[in-house]
Amino acid sequence: MNQNLSTVSQRSPSAIATNKVLRNTYMLLSLTLLFSGFTAAISMMMNMPPMTYLISIIGGMVIAMFVLPRFANSPAGIGIVFLITGLLGFGLGPILTMYASLPNGGNIIMLSFAGTGAIFMGLSAYVLTTRKDFSFLGGFLMVGFLLVLLAALANIFLQIPAMSLMISAVVIMIMSGFILHDTSRIIHGGETNYVLATIGLYMTIFNIFISLLQILGIMGNDD
Amino acid sequence: MDWMQIIAALALVMFIVVLFPRARHMIKNSPKGTSSDWMSFVIPIAAVVLFVMLLIKLV
Repeated sequence: MNQNLSTVSQRSPSAIATNKVLRNTYMLLSLTLLFSGFTAAISMMMNMPPMTYLISIIGGMVIAMFVLPRFANSPAGIGIVFLITGLLGFGLGPILTMYASLPNGGNIIMLSFAGTGAIFMGLSAYVLTTRKDFSFLGGFLMVGFLLVLLAALANIFLQIPAMSLMISAVVIMIMSGFILHDTSRIIHGGETNYVLATIGLYMTIFNIFISLLQILGIMGNDD
Repeated sequence: MDWMQIIAALALVMFIVVLFPRARHMIKNSPKGTSSDWMSFVIPIAAVVLFVMLLIKLV
């Protein structure tokens, strides 16, 4: 009995801490997605040129890789997350403007948006209800992601539309895997920093949205 | 080839170089999954693939 009580008292603070990380992550993720939508709208209104996308992606990724980890444990980390997500949202503006100008553009954007939301919520709900540990996916997903980056690099020179479509499809699968992996890490106490957890999940959502836009844009305009 | 493609290629090379040690570390330290673990990964991913195919039909 005493042993049971001590087990309960030892586990409870950890479970509370995990729930707190999860709650804070989803709260910050919601705010950053709204902020990205806001900066994307500003970028569309300003009619920014296509190169804005490339510059924003590179800027956002450099800050996420080299600056954010140094400030992840301080309040400044939250500001840096908003800087990154705002920048990535701003970069989306010209892409959304381009898709909106297509004959079926509004529909493509709405479907990509709804599809991304459904994929994220479905996979998150799957992990949260089954509470499966997906930590075994880490190496597999990183290797897959590196291979996709290599394929994308090759396609910059090869310019094969079918390969571009294939890369987008694989990115959706890999990012879906990362949603399972990252959410599982949060609920099993592997990730205790909600700033880093938020940026990880944000990147998966951003990549799924861009890839869905590309797939639906190509498939929706081939007649 | 325009300058945007060159910058995109350089950025991708940089990301690959930065991510490579992290990938190696994750491969070495990730626990091995059982066949049941892999099935619990394959099923939701297959659902995502079917869902994307549905979206393509809808567009």
